[in-house]
Amino acid sequence: MRAVRTGSHRDARVTFGVAVLALLAAGALLGPAVSGPGAADLGDIVARRFAGPLSRTGDGVLHLLGTDNFGRDLAARLLAGARVSLAVGVLAALAASGIGVLLGAVAGYAGRTTDRVIVVLTDAALAIPRVPLLLLLVALFQPGLLITIVAIGLTGWMPVTRLVRAEVRAVRQRLFVEAAHALGAPSSLVVVRHVLPHAAAPALVATALGVGNAIMLEAGLSFLGLGVQPPTPSWGNMIAAGRDALVVAPWVALAPALLVALVVLACSLLADGLEARLAGER
Amino acid sequence: MATALLRRLLAAGPTVLLVLTVTFAALHLAPGDPVRLYLGPDADQGAAAAMRHQLGLDRPAALQYVEWLGRFAVGDWGESIAQRRPVTAVLADALAPTVTLVGLSLLLTWLAGISIGALQAARARSRLDTTLTGVTSALQAVPSYVLALGLVLVFAYGAALWHWPAWLRLPALGAESIGSGFLSPWQRLADRMRHLVLPVTTLALIGAGGAARYVRASTLEALRQPSVRAARARGLTEFRVLFRHALRNALIPVITLAGLQLPALFSGVVFVETIFGWPGMGRVAVQAVLARDYPVVMAATAAFAVLVVVGNLLADALAALADPRLRTAR
Repeated sequence: MRAVRTGSHRDARVTFGVAVLALLAAGALLGPAVSGPGAADLGDIVARRFAGPLSRTGDGVLHLLGTDNFGRDLAARLLAGARVSLAVGVLAALAASGIGVLLGAVAGYAGRTTDRVIVVLTDAALAIPRVPLLLLLVALFQPGLLITIVAIGLTGWMPVTRLVRAEVRAVRQRLFVEAAHALGAPSSLVVVRHVLPHAAAPALVATALGVGNAIMLEAGLSFLGLGVQPPTPSWGNMIAAGRDALVVAPWVALAPALLVALVVLACSLLADGLEARLAGER
Repeated sequence: MATALLRRLLAAGPTVLLVLTVTFAALHLAPGDPVRLYLGPDADQGAAAAMRHQLGLDRPAALQYVEWLGRFAVGDWGESIAQRRPVTAVLADALAPTVTLVGLSLLLTWLAGISIGALQAARARSRLDTTLTGVTSALQAVPSYVLALGLVLVFAYGAALWHWPAWLRLPALGAESIGSGFLSPWQRLADRMRHLVLPVTTLALIGAGGAARYVRASTLEALRQPSVRAARARGLTEFRVLFRHALRNALIPVITLAGLQLPALFSGVVFVETIFGWPGMGRVAVQAVLARDYPVVMAATAAFAVLVVVGNLLADALAALADPRLRTAR
């Protein structure tokens, strides 16, 4: 028997996005095991600094992507930075989506004044440029990993709120929700068990996009010196360090910069592909 | 139309109020004492208490909040700790460079975005269309600081290295050359334009990626309308159908979209101004954060939000001019 399936053909965008993110996650987890030298190995700085990609330094160590201004292996530092970037990206996006799902569910289900207030708040928050707001939040605390995650999470909930609210409002009217109420289920149970699952797919798309944005923002803040602080490697502070050597050793800044761009593109294509698949299913 | 705009103006209120509330709350919730920061850790208790009283920091938070809103409304935004001059003066100096940068970027964004999007819609599903979709998706995803550094590498360092003609070697720092005060007015203008090229290109390329994708979708949608079929049936050329009938309808929502993209554009401005040493509000904000100059950071954040609100109002007014249906208030 042949199953009739429409719109389920494999989307190249989804494949690409998943492949990039999976490779990166694997690299970040395995770390030095795949890259050779350790991320913090210094050795003889003068002899090893700014070695070009695919070159061997005096001590015979092969540096796949070359070394930075302290003679540290670039590939190893990129993978160590990937841990930071992926952790910040996923945690901040999950925090933002968590807030968004909560606010969207409350607004969509409660309606009336509660809904109005949340909608006005969401629209107002959407009109505030995100980076200046992040600067403000980061400025008030000591720059570091935690405040970076919290600040990015607190400034990214609006798209999810809108999507979830719209979905909840649409589903709320359906018969099975009324049936659940008639059976005596409390509102909270109805929302969590019967309404929210319908909003899961659009929320997932928004979260995929959110991970890319969060990674881009973390790298941006760290690039400005306001995110993850050296010596902890982050793609952003690696770009900042490489910027000083742009003429002598362009690869030091280019490698992390291209990696950020690749990951952001992967997340955005993944989101595009998932969205198209969702649209096709409807 | 006036009522519609007035309604929009009232709707903008919550945005500004939210920014002011967040800045106020953040400053009060954050660890650290602004008085200690201002006077230094060694200042004596009496002086600190006197200053706290003078600044009104010993009064209830609710009262301070209302006062903070009032002071903002009348334009008293405090004094910069690092520069020892009014915050409004610091921001006023930075406003014109930022508005120039953003205005030119928007202009180029939509010129390029509309051209590319319309071309793609006219040649939908061709190889050119697919290629351009790839390019615009990539442009939309590339972080501004990455593109900015890439352009610096090519046009500032690469151009010298590969012996490109002089006009292609572009300055990558500041708003004018050192000693440009000695140039003639025309040379000075040319010098300023050259300094604008890289920062404007960075922002415009990223914006054009998103703009083209939107215009393509919007034009394809317009081409499916019955009016377009009617125009074709009347024997109009495909060129005329595209430009007079499809694109015109497709572009009206684009004006509103340009307004909605402003927050993202101002986020990019922060990075681009920092990288190119452009003396605008984004660089002022970053330097103020690094110097822990809280009044400037707070005011800059609020000013960015106000600029977005003003930009959105302008976009609404333009959309109403372009589309008679929008002139009647909903």
